Amino acid sequence: MAESTMANGNANTSDWQDRYYHVDQVLDRPGPRTDPSFAAGEGVKDFLRNKCKILVIGAGGLGCEILANLALTGFKDIHVIDMDTIDISNLNRQFLFRPKDVGKPKAIVAAEFIMKRVPGVKVTPYYGKIQDKDDDYYLQFNLVICGLDSVEARRWMNATLVNLVDPENPESLKPLIDGGTEGFKGQARVILPTISSCYECSLDMLNKPTAFPICTIANTPRLPEHCIEWASVLEWPRVHGDKKVDTDDPEHIGWLFQVASKRAREFNIEGVTWSLTQGVVKNIIPAIASTNAIIAASCCNEAFKIATSSAAYLDNYFMLIGTDGVYSYTFQYEKRDDCPVCGGESMDISISKEWTVERLIDTLTERQDIQIKKPSLSSGDMHIYFQAPPQLEQATRPNLEKKVSELVKDGGEITVTATTLPFSLSLRVTFT
Amino acid sequence: MISLWSMKKKEDAAAKKKPKTSAAQIRVQKDLTELDLPSTMKTYFPDPQNLLSFTLTITPDEGMYKDGAYNFSFEINNNYPHEPPKVKCTQVIYHPNLDLDGNVCLNILREDWKPVLNLNAVMTGLQYLFLEPNADDPLNKEAAEEMRRDRDQFLRNVRVTMRGGSLKGKRYDNVLASAQ
Repeated sequence: MAESTMANGNANTSDWQDRYYHVDQVLDRPGPRTDPSFAAGEGVKDFLRNKCKILVIGAGGLGCEILANLALTGFKDIHVIDMDTIDISNLNRQFLFRPKDVGKPKAIVAAEFIMKRVPGVKVTPYYGKIQDKDDDYYLQFNLVICGLDSVEARRWMNATLVNLVDPENPESLKPLIDGGTEGFKGQARVILPTISSCYECSLDMLNKPTAFPICTIANTPRLPEHCIEWASVLEWPRVHGDKKVDTDDPEHIGWLFQVASKRAREFNIEGVTWSLTQGVVKNIIPAIASTNAIIAASCCNEAFKIATSSAAYLDNYFMLIGTDGVYSYTFQYEKRDDCPVCGGESMDISISKEWTVERLIDTLTERQDIQIKKPSLSSGDMHIYFQAPPQLEQATRPNLEKKVSELVKDGGEITVTATTLPFSLSLRVTFT
Repeated sequence: MISLWSMKKKEDAAAKKKPKTSAAQIRVQKDLTELDLPSTMKTYFPDPQNLLSFTLTITPDEGMYKDGAYNFSFEINNNYPHEPPKVKCTQVIYHPNLDLDGNVCLNILREDWKPVLNLNAVMTGLQYLFLEPNADDPLNKEAAEEMRRDRDQFLRNVRVTMRGGSLKGKRYDNVLASAQ
């Protein structure tokens, strides 16, 4: 017994004989498609079960599936972040939650459930926003899996992991696996920050959020959605001023529902309901449990393959369309040179401590290998010099005479934008 | 764990650490510093440090709305350019495509927004509303009907309201450029 426990690459007493019998079929010997670096046996099992630290973002529809899959695959050190609490409407598919949990934080309940159900797995929850955590926090993980429902959160996570990459620290490169579902459709992708295309590269491929022409909403409503939009876009700010709609506040939704219903009656439109009102203002797309299961499974397979090198991983985009039968397509989404996050050019420039901003700008304009017309410069929050609009040009003009070394520290970054650049140029300045 | 670093060294030796500026921020910097506005449009930043909140003043030099100065507030969030900027008129104006609460009916601000569009496109679109008011997509229905029915009367209404007059019991803001 003791021997076989050790042979499983794990000294945890909560393990039992042959716990990982099936997974070990893949880890004990190489196959025809294993990565050349794959070292079958104890090392890889030890890494997966004792060393690998994985972060799951989101403990909702995808998150519940992901957490369960990871725990059962053999990941033992799992962290999970979610800022939401459990709603009764989650219970049909978010199977780690029970009616008694309604109102409690998803991350905490999910973590407790997994730890109780799968012995030896440690799940560390964080109830809050991904933005609360700093680079040092994200640096501790080997892998990140996202099961999110918002574009904004994905963009933030993607940009954070791309920016984390430090040319001097191999450990700073964290693979990101992103899952997403929308009804019967879904996608899973593997993002290797700065190596493969990132989330931002494909931003223009997204469906735009449904929006109705404001004049239709105001004058010629035909659909129940038009009435709801009228209530939320036009009536709410008119009546409540600057106060924002809190889409999680039943009183706010109730107000919108009433106003929308009244308008629907005036125009003889049927179909304004409480749940449609909530659906329109929160942009809720009905979630299908089985789509979540497919996408989460695909994400976790990739996590397992990347963590163990036991098989080739997804390169790099898998899409699933279940609306007309089953269709899926896997392809390599290309990195965009003008991607605001992972694209753009970067270069080192070494200048004298005495150089003024103006001299630097002249150099950028004149140098044969750069040739930027009318560059605008900033560093973090600081505007160094802006070519336009006139007010900002005037406000930043005094900086032209200042020394670059007064504004930017040695090794600091300057973001340069200009019409002649696809997006931006990142300058790393060192002083001589 | 798969060895990613060797791939990186091969393909991307020049990669450098990026500054901590969000993609939205850089994109707004790019949009703003590349603005090439005609003399009829001016931006004003109440807090020059904050690029995400500013006003635009349009002073059309031709058309029915000539001699007025019209102010719009721009609020940009961190999801730009996935989401369009939020634009509102800060004055009460008699115009078929603006309502009295300052909402603007411009397709690229809502249903036709695309991330490839930029602030220049939005500003040019706003100016166009003053040069060619569009009675077919009304937000102020009465104004639109008047414009269709009796163009001369509409024109008189525009002139009266621009001076800060009342029309059918509603007060309008004085937008004459000389008054500001």
